Amino acid sequence: MSGLNIQDISMRFDLPNGGHVQALQNVSLDIKQGELMSVLGPSGCGKTTLLNIVAGFLAPTEGKIMLNEHPVLGPDAERGMVFQQGALFEWMSVRDNVSFGPRMAGKSKSDWAGNVDHLLDVVGLQDFKEKMVYELSGGMQQRVALARCLANEPDVILMDEPLGALDALTREKMQGLVLKLWKETGKTIILITHSVEEALLLGERLLVMAPRPGRIHKEYRLPFADLGVGKDLREVKQHPEFGPRREEILGMIWDMEEEIMGRTEESA
Amino acid sequence: MGQIIADLSAELATLFISILSALPAIVGYVAVILLCMLLVRVIRQRMQPTQDYTSLKTVTFGDESAVVSDKAASIISVVLIFVIWGAFTGTSWLPSLFHAPGPFLGQGTFTYTVEADDGTRDDATVTVVVHEAGAAPEAPEIAPGDGAAKDDVLVIQAYRSKLLTWDKNDEVNRKDNNARIVAVDGRPIDRDTDVDTGFARVALTDKGTLNVEPGKGWQMENIWLPAPDSVWSRLISVSRDGYQNVTLAEHLSYSLFRVIVGFVLGAAVGIPLGYAMGLSNWFRGWFDPIVEFMRPVPPLALIPLVIIWAGIGEQGKIILLFLAALWIMAIAARSGVSGVAISKVHAAYSLGASKAQIMRHVIVPNSLPEIFTGARVAMGVCWGTVVAAELVAAEKGVGKMIVAASKFQDTDIVLMGIILIGIIGFGIDVLMRWGEKWLVPWKGRV
Repeated sequence: MSGLNIQDISMRFDLPNGGHVQALQNVSLDIKQGELMSVLGPSGCGKTTLLNIVAGFLAPTEGKIMLNEHPVLGPDAERGMVFQQGALFEWMSVRDNVSFGPRMAGKSKSDWAGNVDHLLDVVGLQDFKEKMVYELSGGMQQRVALARCLANEPDVILMDEPLGALDALTREKMQGLVLKLWKETGKTIILITHSVEEALLLGERLLVMAPRPGRIHKEYRLPFADLGVGKDLREVKQHPEFGPRREEILGMIWDMEEEIMGRTEESA
Repeated sequence: MGQIIADLSAELATLFISILSALPAIVGYVAVILLCMLLVRVIRQRMQPTQDYTSLKTVTFGDESAVVSDKAASIISVVLIFVIWGAFTGTSWLPSLFHAPGPFLGQGTFTYTVEADDGTRDDATVTVVVHEAGAAPEAPEIAPGDGAAKDDVLVIQAYRSKLLTWDKNDEVNRKDNNARIVAVDGRPIDRDTDVDTGFARVALTDKGTLNVEPGKGWQMENIWLPAPDSVWSRLISVSRDGYQNVTLAEHLSYSLFRVIVGFVLGAAVGIPLGYAMGLSNWFRGWFDPIVEFMRPVPPLALIPLVIIWAGIGEQGKIILLFLAALWIMAIAARSGVSGVAISKVHAAYSLGASKAQIMRHVIVPNSLPEIFTGARVAMGVCWGTVVAAELVAAEKGVGKMIVAASKFQDTDIVLMGIILIGIIGFGIDVLMRWGEKWLVPWKGRV
């Protein structure tokens, strides 16, 4: 079975005060090659933990992750990661950031130069190749991060709130870019977000997670990502199904947040 | 314990009194600052007003970004230091109009009245010649005058005083006639009452002679505070001929050599040590107590021990500077490594980098800003430590030069050395800042 298989993952760790945290409980998920899955959930639902386990930064206490039929044991170039911000290397130019993966793999410049230039074209940074990353705006920096991840040609791209720190307008443009890159490259993408609209717009599949213990609450299959490729995303939001879905999921997350609040009040 | 507190309170009281006596000078200086501010403000208003963004801000008090160093104030303040320095030393660089009143120079006279035991009185005139240090004028020839008391001549160097044994040439004297001086310039004088003759203070000593102290004015004597021009000419002569058979270049090179070698060794050991502490629990645990204990020990406190162990040669000084730089660099490198954002390391791992590549391309560059900050601090500490170590024991070096000069009261060399130490220390910091801008241009811009 190819693709990414998350098999009955549980994650439990001890706290210094003697207690323990059940961050994830029996999470299972199969993601096919080329799928874009967005993950939503209130804070503490374990979505970032799940992403870190898939990336190989954390080891689960139970279960395993299989990618294309081999187990995930640690970080690897086959699973690229895009962070919210601050993960670029300030001491390198835009081009050096984007070519970091191929350069570390020991590839010669002739092997990667064409692809890196092409990716910089795709993300609209062809005129900023020689600039240092700290000279760019936040939106441009995230485009560098996307290009850097793609230049390494991973099988799976893991995005941890990649657009979370951007302003609304830039964010909307970047959402279009993510969809475009997804369709053009056919990569498997897992995208964590706090924005219900973003999850609806980008996720071919949408996973809602619930907290304490972190688990899968509900899964949706959505048409909006396919509709939105190359289109104005504001039109997609006018789709008759979009509004009701948004309200449904918002309500679901609100209920969970309120439940958490209630529990903390009780314990306090 | 009570005795210590009493002693310290007395010290504090003395200190407080000297601060109080300096108060007029401090208030005057602040007044000059405010006066210059008003003046410059008026001049600027007359000129074309600039209209940049900051000038349009209405809230500037408390807005840190609106406060920038005013170039005019800096220039005036530095010029004023030299003017004050020159005014109170009577430098030739300033027109004498600006000079504070100097010591009395030239010739003055006063009379004294002698009363012998038989009640007879007679007057005599004393001619006082005050000359500058170095000049030794001939005493003028004068007629002895008539009467029992004969006229005298006194030659005194400026800022000094002299005893006048007035009865050496008189017909009456203290021994035979029990003669004594009852008045100077017609005013009565005794052991508790001095007489101001206008150019000098005259006092009666216990033995009955006269102590003549010509007026010193407001200027500082050369051995207390040499004039800027004499410091300058001393700089020229010492850099040409050297001081005590050692050239100035040699003194400075030795000091700089020690600082640079000590710092480089300290960095060469401290940076890897800091990296080890930042990357490994075991090394962090091993060296934390050592580093945290050694860091607060001032390097100056190690001077005696280093002299005992390594003597006063180059080795001892380099060990001292090595120790001064080591802990600072280790701590800077440690915090540089600890400061690397985990997302950068994660990103590098998922881009396929190996541990060595992450070290070389992520951790080292990421720690450079911290290391440069540490290096600037370490260089400053090393420079201060080398001068102090040379003050204590050295053959050559700028600190040795000033301490040797102070023993011969060559205050101009002391002052010159202090100024050179300041300029070099400042120069080192400027160089480090240039290097920082060049090597870590992203510092503070993340």
